[in-house]
Amino acid sequence: MDIDLMLRVYPYFLEAAWVTIQLSVLTILLGLACGILGAAGRLSRFALFRFIAAAYVSFFRGTPALIQLFLLYFGGPQVGIQLDAFEAGVIGLGVNIGAYMTETMRGAIISIDKGQIEASRTLGLSRFETFRKVTLPQAMRLMVRPLGVNINAQIKGTALVAAISVVELTYTAQRYIGSTYKPFEMFLIAGILYLIIITAVGKLVTFIDRRVRLP
Amino acid sequence: MGLDFTVVPSYADALLLGVLWTIAITVAAGLLSFFGGILFAVIALYAPLVIRLPFRFVAWLFMGTPLLLQLFLIYFGLVQIGIDLPAFVAGVIGLGLHFAVYNSELIQTAIIAVDKGQMEAARTLGLSRRQALIKVVIPQAVRDVIPPIGNMMIALLKDSALVSVIGVTELTLSAQLAIGRTYRPFEFYAAAAVLYYIINLGMEAVIRRIERRTQLSR
Repeated sequence: MDIDLMLRVYPYFLEAAWVTIQLSVLTILLGLACGILGAAGRLSRFALFRFIAAAYVSFFRGTPALIQLFLLYFGGPQVGIQLDAFEAGVIGLGVNIGAYMTETMRGAIISIDKGQIEASRTLGLSRFETFRKVTLPQAMRLMVRPLGVNINAQIKGTALVAAISVVELTYTAQRYIGSTYKPFEMFLIAGILYLIIITAVGKLVTFIDRRVRLP
Repeated sequence: MGLDFTVVPSYADALLLGVLWTIAITVAAGLLSFFGGILFAVIALYAPLVIRLPFRFVAWLFMGTPLLLQLFLIYFGLVQIGIDLPAFVAGVIGLGLHFAVYNSELIQTAIIAVDKGQMEAARTLGLSRRQALIKVVIPQAVRDVIPPIGNMMIALLKDSALVSVIGVTELTLSAQLAIGRTYRPFEFYAAAAVLYYIINLGMEAVIRRIERRTQLSR
């Protein structure tokens, strides 16, 4: 193992890791927003909203994220959407993970016992009040862990933007593999940085889950 | 430049060939990930400590890094040590090992969850530990994880698009080659998305069928 080389190139990987962190945070925030809208649509009283949300989930979960990303970045200009690679990466991957988060949130919400909703309606709360004060507080506790799984997948998923030449960790590793012919060393540097990010976020999710979980 | 989908049919042959390669790589990598997952689970649980610990470390490394990065490692790493595999084989190995690690985690949990009485009964009946494991415990554990492994297979189908970056001419790369000649990215990526969606539907149907058949005996 070429330790000297690793010590020489690792600062470039640190810079790239910062880009990976930015991509992760932005795609996860956009994904959560899409997930909230999607779950609201899936559970809506109006058939049209239910249909739109179901179509959204079905398309984005039924096709590869890489194809969605290429469609947006390379195909976008043909339909008047001009984005640079970073923007396309954030929007494409954020909307993609949002479809998975939609199902996570919906799953948590529908798992709340029907009797609770009936009881609070009987006590005179409106449909909206019931959702806000009874269903949602319980569902939010249930969704922390499964959303953590989505988030973990998304951090690794940011690697896809390497295919549209965003200089993040995987792209940097690929470039240095090409120029140094040391695939194992480069993989190890990038891998350790990914693991640090993922472990830190995993700890945060566990911490939040412990804080909010009901006894 | 507006949209013009009439260019797509003239590349139908190339795209359909891409579909076949996508299915081939998914099936091959799927099988590798299934049997590899069982093998990895047994190693992670029962191998001697000197094998078990480094093995778990490597598994942890693979669970925490992106598939794309692993594909680069396997493709360029094998060349480095003098093994020049065709891209297809490298893609199958990369995808298969990646998902084998995930399947192994599922199978390990299931093996631990199989009732202790099963092992004890098998041992009482005179089976060796190895026989009891292979003939009694593992089959039950594997049956229990068929539904989550089915979901893994669907994820594998979608992730098979990534092997296009190491030069496997499956559906994604076939679309890219057509785009290289026509400069019509939107049309061909949209066509590829539709084809993936159809493969996905077919695969889900097959998996649900397998699930129904294997979960009958419960």
